[in-house]
Amino acid sequence: MTLDELKPGQECRVVKISAEGATGQRLLDMGLVSGTRVKVVRNAPLMDPFDISVRGYSLALRRSDAKGIEIKPL
Amino acid sequence: MTKKTNEILVAVAGQPNSGKSTIFNCLTGARQHVANYPGITVEKKIGTYSAKEGKIVLVDLPGTYSLTSYTQEERIARDFLLLEKPEVVIDVIDASNLERNLYLAFQLIEMNVPLVICLNMTDVAKRRGFDINTDKLSQQLGVPVVPTIGNKGKGKKELKETIWATHKHKIDSIKTDSVKAASTDMPIRINYGEALEPILATLEQKISEAPRLTEHYSPRWLAVKLMENDSEARRLVRQQSEKGKNILDFVAVERDKFISTHKEAPEKIIAYKRYQTAEGIVENCLSQKAKGHKTWTDRIDQLVCHRAAGPIILATVFYLFYKITMSPDYGGQKLASLAWPYLAKFRDLMAFIPLSGLPRSLFLNGIVDGVLAIANYIPIFFVLFILIAILEDTGYMTRIAFHMDRVLRAFGLHGQSTLPMMLSGVVVGGCAVVGTMSTRGIKDPKARLATILILPLLNCMAKIPFYILMASIFFKKYQAEVLGFMSVVTLVLALVVAKIFTLTILKKEEEVPFILEMPAYHLPTVRGVLIRTYERLMVFIKKVGTIVVAVAVIVWCGITFPGISKERVVHYNNETNKAAQSFMAKLGENNPYKKLLAGQGLNEFEEYWMSYKKGRMGLDEEAQQALNQKFAKKNAEFFKIANKGKYIEDGKSKKDKYAKKTYTTYKKFYKSVERLQVAQRKETVRVSYAGRLGQSLVPLTKWAGMDWKINVAMISSFAAKENLVATLGSIYSMEKTEVVTKESLAVTMKRETAHTGWTPLHAIAIMLFVAIFPPCLMTLIMVRIETGRNLWTLFVTIYPIILGFLVAVAVFQGGRILGFGG
Repeated sequence: MTLDELKPGQECRVVKISAEGATGQRLLDMGLVSGTRVKVVRNAPLMDPFDISVRGYSLALRRSDAKGIEIKPL
Repeated sequence: MTKKTNEILVAVAGQPNSGKSTIFNCLTGARQHVANYPGITVEKKIGTYSAKEGKIVLVDLPGTYSLTSYTQEERIARDFLLLEKPEVVIDVIDASNLERNLYLAFQLIEMNVPLVICLNMTDVAKRRGFDINTDKLSQQLGVPVVPTIGNKGKGKKELKETIWATHKHKIDSIKTDSVKAASTDMPIRINYGEALEPILATLEQKISEAPRLTEHYSPRWLAVKLMENDSEARRLVRQQSEKGKNILDFVAVERDKFISTHKEAPEKIIAYKRYQTAEGIVENCLSQKAKGHKTWTDRIDQLVCHRAAGPIILATVFYLFYKITMSPDYGGQKLASLAWPYLAKFRDLMAFIPLSGLPRSLFLNGIVDGVLAIANYIPIFFVLFILIAILEDTGYMTRIAFHMDRVLRAFGLHGQSTLPMMLSGVVVGGCAVVGTMSTRGIKDPKARLATILILPLLNCMAKIPFYILMASIFFKKYQAEVLGFMSVVTLVLALVVAKIFTLTILKKEEEVPFILEMPAYHLPTVRGVLIRTYERLMVFIKKVGTIVVAVAVIVWCGITFPGISKERVVHYNNETNKAAQSFMAKLGENNPYKKLLAGQGLNEFEEYWMSYKKGRMGLDEEAQQALNQKFAKKNAEFFKIANKGKYIEDGKSKKDKYAKKTYTTYKKFYKSVERLQVAQRKETVRVSYAGRLGQSLVPLTKWAGMDWKINVAMISSFAAKENLVATLGSIYSMEKTEVVTKESLAVTMKRETAHTGWTPLHAIAIMLFVAIFPPCLMTLIMVRIETGRNLWTLFVTIYPIILGFLVAVAVFQGGRILGFGG
C-alpha cells in the first residue's frame, strides 16, 4: 500500500521509500524514513496535493510523489 | 570572496522557516527580513557587525532541508561551506521543529565546519509545551547551543559571544596539538550501523590517502556522500584526484553489493540513521507538556484549507488584492493618483530648462519622461510589495500553492506560479515586472522558467488603456465584454503556451518535486514587511530604472531622427509666418492691441496665455477670481485679451470689444499654428528611423490589419507599454495644450481610421497582437535578472512577436474569409 491511498484522518507508518532520485531523497530529507508515523490531514480542494502531519510539522505532497512511499496503515 | 586578515567570515545556515533571516538581521541590522515562504533567500546576502577584535562578515546561505546536490539552493549552500571555508557556521534551528532541523545540523557537523547552533523561536516551542534542555542538547551534539528569539532580539549578545569563542577555539586548536584540543569537545558522530560503517571506514582510509581531497573535504563527509551516490561528490573525486577512479570503482562495487544484500539503497539507511539519532537526542533533551493539543496553525488551516471554504477564502484574497492595488478609490491606484500632481509639477519644473529645439526635446521627451515612466510605477509597486510581503510572512502563500497546484500542474506550471500569474494580470491588469520578480518563490526550476516565459502574455495594466481605447472606438456598447474576452483569451493562450514549452524547449530543465512544508502561521511585523518592500523597490529602481531611462532616450532618437529636410522646415516656418501676418491683418487697423502683440509681444502673450489657461484648470469660482487678480496684476493688457475682453477697473467690471476681438482672432491663429506643428511632427515621425521601419513592415503587418502608425506605436511601446497610447496620440492630431485624454484620442482616431477603412475586425486583430506583443523593457530586464541568461531574455523578446503576429493574421484573415470586416 502507498501513502496516496489513505484518506484524511488515517494514520500509518512508513515501510519504505521506493521513490528514487531527487524525489526519493527529498522525501527522506523531510523525515519520511522507515518507521516514521504519518497522519493524512486533508486533501486540497481538487483532491491533489494533500497535507500530511509528520514529525510535528505539516507537509504538502502530490499524489504522484506519494506513490513512492510504501506504508502500513495503523 | 576575498577575505581581509582582520575579518572573520561567518556563514548562516539553516532550514527554511527556521527564522534564519531574522537572526541574520538581528545580528547585522542589515536590511533584510524573513518570510514563511520556504526558501525565500536564493541570493547570497552579506552583512557585517563589529566585534571587539575585528569585523564579522556574515553570509546568509539559502535555507535548505538537507545538503545534497539535487537542488540549486543546496548546491549553493554546500559549495559556499566547502570552498569559502567560513571561520564559523551558525546553524539556525527551529526549536519547535527539532527533529527535522537536527537532520541538517548532523550534515554540517559531518562536514567538519566550526558550528554554533542557534536554537531559535524558543518562545514558539514553549507555547507548544516543549521544554528543551539546552545544556544537554549542547553536550549530546558536542557543539555550542545558544537559545534565541530572533524577532525580539533575545540571545543576540550570547550568540555573538559564542561566535567569537568558537572562532578563537578553532585558532587555538590549530596552534596547539589539534588532536588534544579536539578530544575535549568532540562533535557527535552518527553511527550508520553495522552494515555501512565498515565500508565507510575503508572509504575514509582511501580518501585520506589522496591529499588533494583531504585538503578541502572531511574524509568522513565525502565517504558518506559517495555512498549516498551524490553526483557532485563523485565529480569532485573524479576531478581532483588521480586515485579518483579507483575510489569511485570501489564505491560502485560496494553500493551494488549493499543494495543486493540489504534490499535498500545506502542513502535510505543513512537518512534513517540520522533521523533515528535525532529522535534519540530529542527524547533526551525535550520534555513535552500537554501533548497532542491543537496549535493555532492547525485551527486556522482547518478553515483556510477546508475543501469548500478554502477556495472561497482564496478567491476573496485575490479579489481584495486586486481591489487594493487596482481600484481607483484606494490603495495603489489611489496613491498613484495622489502622486501624479507632484510628478506633473516636476515635469513642469523641468520644462523651465533653458534649452530649445532638439536638446530640449531630448531632455523633456527622452530623459524626463523616462524618469516619470519609472516614478509612475513606484506607488503601485509599493502597495503590491507590501501585500506580497504580508502574504509571505503570514504563511498564506504556501496555502495558495496548495490550492492551485492541481490546476496549474496540468499546464506544466506549479502551485507556486499562482502569485506571479495573478500579479501579471490574469484579470483586470497587473504588471509582469512584479510578476517576474515574484517567481523567485517557485521552487521547481522548470516550472519557474515556464512561468517567467508566459507571464508577459497576461494583461499588464499598461495594455488596458489601449484595449479601452479600441473598444471605445469599435465596440462602444460592449467595452466590459471586450475586456473580459481579452482576459480569457490571454489566460488560455498563456496556459497552452506553458504546456507547449514544458513539453518541448524546457523538457530537459531541472525539476524539483512538489514536497512543500506548510509553515506555521505568523503575524507579520511592520518592520519586516517594510524592510522587504524597500528592498524590492530598490531592486526595481536601481536595476530597471537606469536602463529604462537609457532606452527612452534611444526610442526618442528613433522617432526624432534624421528629421525632416531643411526645405520642409523652411516651408513650415514660412507657413507659420504667413499665419502670423494674416493674424495681424485681421486684427484691424484701429485695434489698440495690435502694437502690443507685434514682434516679440506675440510670443510673450502665448506664454502668458498658456500659464493662465493651465492655472485655471479645475479651479472653483473663488480661486478663479484670485487667479484673475494675480494675472491682471502681472500684465493688465494681456489679461484683458486672455479674459475675452472682461476686466475690472476701480471695482467695476468692464468690457473691451477690441480685446475680445483680439482674443477670438488669436485663438483662430493659434489653432492654425497648432495644425502646422502637428503636421510637422507627423512628418517627422513618418520620415524618422522608427517611422521608416514602421512603413517598411507594412507589407508584412497588413496581413494582420496593421498600418504604419500602429507599427510605430508598437515600436515605441518597447520602452514602456504606456507609450502605445501616447505615441498614437502624437501621431494622430492632438491639441498640444490639451491633456491627452482617452476620449479625445478616441475621437480623432475614429475620424482618421474611418477613412482608412478600419473595421472592428482590424481592432480585434490589433488588440490580440498588443496582448501578445513582446514584453516591455522593464520586464525583459527582470527576465534577465531572474533567469540569469541572455538566451531566455532574447527568447521572451522574440517568441511573442511571432506568436502575436500569427494569431493576429489568423484572426484577421480568418475573419475576412468569414465575411467580417469587408
